[in-house]
Amino acid sequence: MIFYEYEARRIVELAGIPVTKYGFCQTPEEARKIAEEIGGPTVIKSQVLTGGRMKAGGVKFADTPEEAAELAAEILELEINGLMPVGVLVDPKAEVKQEYYASVVWDGNAKKPLMLFSDMGGIDIEQVAEEHPDHVGRGHVSNLMPVGDYEAKQVIAATGVTGSQLTRATPILAKLARLFRENDMILAEINPLAELTDGSFVALDAHLELEAEAEGRQKKLLQQELGIPAGEIRDHYVPSEFEKNVKHLDAADHRGVIQGKDHGFEGNLGLVIGAGGGSLTLTDAVRSQGGKPANYSEIGGNPSVAKACGLAKEVLKKDGVEKIAVMMSIVSNTRVDIVARGVIKACLELGKDPGETIAIFRIPGAWEDEGNKILDHYGVEYCDRTVSLWEAAGRAVAKIQGAS
Amino acid sequence: MSAETMDSVFIDVELDESAASDPELAKKLEEVCPVGIFKATESGTEIVAGQLDECVLCNLCVDAAPEGSLRIVKKYES
Amino acid sequence: MSVFLDKDTTFIVQGITGREAINLTKECLDYGSRVVGGVTPGRKGRKVHGVPVFDTVAQAVENHGGEIDGSIVTVPPGFTKDAVIEAIDNGIKLLVVVTERIPRGDVAEMVEFAEMNDARIIGPNCLGLIVPEVCKMGGIGGPAKDAAKSYKPGVVGVMSRSGGMTTEISSSLSAAGLGVSTAISIGGDPIIGSSYAELMPYFEADEQTKAIVIYSEPGGRMEAQLADWQKEHDSRLPIVAFMAGKFMDDESMKGMNFGHAGTIVEGKEDSAAEKIKRLEAAGIRVVERIDEIPDVVKERISA
Repeated sequence: MIFYEYEARRIVELAGIPVTKYGFCQTPEEARKIAEEIGGPTVIKSQVLTGGRMKAGGVKFADTPEEAAELAAEILELEINGLMPVGVLVDPKAEVKQEYYASVVWDGNAKKPLMLFSDMGGIDIEQVAEEHPDHVGRGHVSNLMPVGDYEAKQVIAATGVTGSQLTRATPILAKLARLFRENDMILAEINPLAELTDGSFVALDAHLELEAEAEGRQKKLLQQELGIPAGEIRDHYVPSEFEKNVKHLDAADHRGVIQGKDHGFEGNLGLVIGAGGGSLTLTDAVRSQGGKPANYSEIGGNPSVAKACGLAKEVLKKDGVEKIAVMMSIVSNTRVDIVARGVIKACLELGKDPGETIAIFRIPGAWEDEGNKILDHYGVEYCDRTVSLWEAAGRAVAKIQGAS
Repeated sequence: MSAETMDSVFIDVELDESAASDPELAKKLEEVCPVGIFKATESGTEIVAGQLDECVLCNLCVDAAPEGSLRIVKKYES
Repeated sequence: MSVFLDKDTTFIVQGITGREAINLTKECLDYGSRVVGGVTPGRKGRKVHGVPVFDTVAQAVENHGGEIDGSIVTVPPGFTKDAVIEAIDNGIKLLVVVTERIPRGDVAEMVEFAEMNDARIIGPNCLGLIVPEVCKMGGIGGPAKDAAKSYKPGVVGVMSRSGGMTTEISSSLSAAGLGVSTAISIGGDPIIGSSYAELMPYFEADEQTKAIVIYSEPGGRMEAQLADWQKEHDSRLPIVAFMAGKFMDDESMKGMNFGHAGTIVEGKEDSAAEKIKRLEAAGIRVVERIDEIPDVVKERISA
C-alpha cells in the first residue's frame, strides 16, 4: 500500500514524530480556513500518487488565505501524469535552517531493518551515499529486541552531527524504526527532516509503503486511523483493461493462480506461460530471439480449465495478437491436460483454429500423456522436456515471423 | 462459431437412465465429484454441462455408480 | 554425501492436514523420506497416509522418542512465524517453509530466532530440497515418479529462487549425465532464510558436489553477496549462473513485480545487467541461454 502525503504525515504523527500544523482539504473554502488557522505564508500541495508534482505545477506558495484558496482551486483541477488529485495539503511555509534525511528500509542480505541518516537532506540519498559516504550513517536493528534510542543515536553521530541536533533527531529516527517494524512498512522515509530556525525538528515530507502481505493485520491503521476503504487497490501505475480482467478472473476462482501484465508490451505474440521463474525465462527467450511478446503472464498452482481458458482468451483478445505460445517449465502440480483443454477451448470460443492459433505448446510434466492426446486431436504442435525453454520460444517466434 | 462460452468440448458423462433416476446415487455422485459435474435433484441426477470440461479424470464417480452404468467419454479420443 | 539430508533424516510436516500438505506428505513418503509425524492443532490422533498427527511439535518429538531433524512448514501465512519458532524451540534444526505471502517482518523474526538457535530455514515460498534417490523434503519435483525422472544422482549442486526452475535445470543436468548432488529451492521472497552465499559452505564441504548452478532473478542483493563470497573464498566449486528476467531492466518495467515477490527492479544495483556484471567479475560464468547450462558445467568441471 502506497500512501498519499497527507496519510504518510498522519502515520508519522501517530508514531510521535513532530510534523508541521498541516491540513488536508478537498475544496478551496477548506483551504482558506486552514490557511487562516496557520496564519502566515503557506504551501499548497497536490495529493496525487505520482512523482514530479513540483514540475507539473502541483505545488504552489501562497501569502494569504485568499491566495491559498485560489491556488487550491487550480491544483484541485490539475491532472498530473494522468491522475487527478484526491485533495490538497495546506502546509505552513517552513523556515528551514537545515535539511536532514532519515529512513528505514529492509536489508535483504542482513535480513534486518536498516536505519539510514544523513545531514545532507532534501536530495537523492543514493547520490549522497556515492559522493559523500561520510555523510551517511547506517545501522541495523534487531527483529526481536526493542529498538533502543542509542541505536539511532549511533547512526546519527556517525555523520558528525552532535549537540542539540543529535539529541533532537535521535528519538525521531528511533520512532521511525519502531513505526517501520510495528506497521509492517517496507519503506519509511522522512526527506527532508527539517531543522527549523527555532531549533525544532519536523518531518516536512514522508514516503511510506506498507507491505501488501500485511494489509490484513494493519486494518486498524489503514481503515480506522486513515479511513482507507477495505480492498482499495493502489498501484504505482494505472492498470490496463487486460490486467484488470486477468486479476478479476483470478479472484473469481480459487483454483490455481493466473497473472497477466501488458504494461510496456505491445507485440503480436501472446504469451500464456508459467510458472514464476519459467515466465521470466520464457519472456527473455522470446525477446532475445527477435519475438515481440504482447504480454507477460503466469500460470501456476493447477488452475481450472475455465481459468486457463479465461487467461488465454484475454491474451487472444488483445489488439495485434496473432498467435499465442503456451509454455511452462516442467510442471509437477499444474496439470498439462487441464491447461491444454483451457487454451484450446479459448481458441474455439473465439472462433479460431487451435492448430493455427497456438504457435507452440511446451508444458512437460504431470499428465503430459493425456495432454498430448488432446493436442494431437486439435493439431496443435507440442514438444516435451527434451526441447528447452529457449528452443520452444524460438519455435514460436519462427512460426509467427513465418506467418506475417 | 462466435459463442462467448461453450459447454462441453472435451468430456461427456454417460449415465444409464435407470441409474440417473436413483436419488440416492445422485447424492453420492454430487458428493464425490471434486468439480461439481453432478447435481442431485428430486428426480435423480442432473449433469451440469458447464462443468463437464473441468473433469479431472479421477474416476470417483465411476467407482460410486453401479458397475458399467456411468462412463466418462473423452471426446478427443474419438 | 550430500547437503543437509541423508537416508536417516527424519522430519515432520506442520499443517499436515491441509490439501497441499497431504499431497506433499505422500510424495515424500513415496520417495522414501522418513516423515515421522505431522502437526495440526486440534487434530491429534488422526493419520495422514499413515503418518500420526499431533497437536504440538513437542508431542511429535515425544512420540518419535528422540530428536527430529527437520520440519516442512505449510501453514497459513498468519501462523507461520509461530509454527517455525515452535519447531525450533523443540530442537528442530532444519526448516523448510513452503508458505507464500508471509509479511517480511515475520520472516525476519523467525530467521533471527533460527540464527540464535543454530537452526537453518530454507524458504519461505519454496519447494524444499532433494538429494536424488536419497531424500526429498518438500514438494520439489512433484510426485515421486516425476521427481525420479527429473533428478538423477550426480555432481551438481543446484540453488534456485524459482521452484519450477529448480526442476527444469536439474532435469537438463540429469539428461546430460551430470546429475544432481543436492538441489535446493531457496524461495522467491525478498527475505529468505538461506541465500546462495549462506549455502555455499555446505556444498563446499560436500565431496559429491563438483560444481554449482544457480538460477537467479532481478531484485535484491543476493547475487552481489554470492559474488563477494566467491571472491573471498576462492571456492573449489565452479559456479554457473542463469539470470532470468532481463526484460525487466527496461525503463518501462521499473518498479513492477514479475514472477516472485522478491523480483522487482528498484535501483541500479538490483537490475539483471548489474548482477550479471558482478557475478562475472567474481569468475562466475553467466550463461545467456538456459540450455547452455549442462555443456558449460562440463567445461568448467574439466577445466
